Amino acid sequence: MDVEEILEGIEAKKRTYLARAISLVEDGSPLGREVVARAFKSKKNAKVLGITGAPGVGKSTLVDGLIGKLRERGGSVGVIAVDPSSPFTGGAILGDRVRMRSRTLDEGVFFRSLATRGHLGGLSRHTAEVIVLMDAFGFDYIVVETVGVGQSEVDVMKYAHSVVVVLAPGLGDDIQAIKAGILEIGDVLCVNKADLPGAERTRKELEMMLGLKEFEGWKPPVVETIASSGEGLDRLLESVLQHQDYLVASGLLEKKVRESHHAVLVEYVKRETLDKIMEKAESDGTLDRILRDLVEGAGDPESGARALVEKYFGTTI
Amino acid sequence: MSRTIRVLVGKPGLDGHDRGAKVIARAYRDAGMEVIYSGLHRTPEELARMAVEEDVDVVALSILSGAHATLLPKVVDCLKKEKGSDQLDVLILAGGIIPAEDVAFLKEHGIDEVFGPGTSTEEIVQYTRTHLKREIA
Ligand SMILES: Nc1nc2c(ncn2[C@@H]2O[C@H](COP(=O)(O)OP(=O)(O)OP(=O)(O)O)[C@@H](O)[C@H]2O)c(=O)[nH]1
Ligand SMILES: [Mg+2]
Repeated sequence: MDVEEILEGIEAKKRTYLARAISLVEDGSPLGREVVARAFKSKKNAKVLGITGAPGVGKSTLVDGLIGKLRERGGSVGVIAVDPSSPFTGGAILGDRVRMRSRTLDEGVFFRSLATRGHLGGLSRHTAEVIVLMDAFGFDYIVVETVGVGQSEVDVMKYAHSVVVVLAPGLGDDIQAIKAGILEIGDVLCVNKADLPGAERTRKELEMMLGLKEFEGWKPPVVETIASSGEGLDRLLESVLQHQDYLVASGLLEKKVRESHHAVLVEYVKRETLDKIMEKAESDGTLDRILRDLVEGAGDPESGARALVEKYFGTTI
Repeated sequence: MSRTIRVLVGKPGLDGHDRGAKVIARAYRDAGMEVIYSGLHRTPEELARMAVEEDVDVVALSILSGAHATLLPKVVDCLKKEKGSDQLDVLILAGGIIPAEDVAFLKEHGIDEVFGPGTSTEEIVQYTRTHLKREIA
């Protein structure tokens, strides 16, 4: 497969090509990078929704329901569901499909499970590129489910236009989430499992918290849902779409898009500089020499770093 | 640098037991592979679609219902249709409760290997590693 063939396949909406392109990108192959660079120009500006929250709060079940609602409105949907890789073996069990019960064979839906492969932040290293590929394929909506977040996995806010933070009663994770600052990134706060005791309390706590803060323009609504029965999903989607409208009307969408390009650009510059320097320094023994000096007390990290940059750039910037 | 091997562990048909599927899923994970678990009660069409979208190297089907002779060849056919090719680049394995006398039939219908109930997970993982149909380098 070459770049042209893959791009033509994506253009012709053949899912085998999209699927293979995603693999190439996730594996960090130069061919994949080339495909993304070219696909970037045929993006159609899909709406990107992020779904995040602690493990087991019902993110995948919600995604399943939201896909149905979006399809009823005639939109096509690409889904990216991220689960963690084992730090020991690099393997992973990606289980989000288990909850995808209704739309597996829907031609307007494409579902891809990704592993974090050691990347911190709640997404895979190349999620931004996978979004580009899905956008070029022509989905109206791209839904990104993050790993079950614990602390500060907030990468999704860089790439999603609207972020839904999902909580559930009784897990004590409401307080956790507040501490971890995950709530801060929510454009919509969803209290799922509203059929369980304590949902009302969780919602009230959230609303009280929100009441203490000042908001300009958009105040995150709190929506109760029962993902397993579908209750509240219409309201949830309504809130998300209202947020999208708000982004457009306020001009914030442009700012967000710019910021997400910025984040990607920084990654690429790092890859083209930092990563290459460290690779070279490692393969030609320079890194080893500098580290030895540091261990023996013969050097310091400041000079070591300058020496590395100078050696491979020919100049310090 | 070699790429990560991806496996779909699929549960076709009506049986509601996924202990075996979960055991093999964990074994693949512990061997450094990425496992997509389908969940219970999937149709051959659904499993084929998943295999395509997830771009897996391996489809490992676990079946206890006794319907393997009809369901498993159907997964192969659906996958060929989805991929638009008769030459599959996906290794297709089956395990569960499959009588020895059915193995030849399944192999004739596109199942690459069948593992009986006594097979160790090490053996299955080892077989998988050495019989992939796509380059992993
Ligand atoms: N009672 C109740 N259970 C729910 C609801 N929504 C989801 N569940 C159940 O909660 C469990 C976890 O749901 P998932 O959708 O897998 O949760 P998740 O957040 O995607 O989990 P991870 O991806 O592992 O972090 C499942 O057993 C669901 O059936 C709900 O509204 N009410
Ligand atoms: Mg999930």
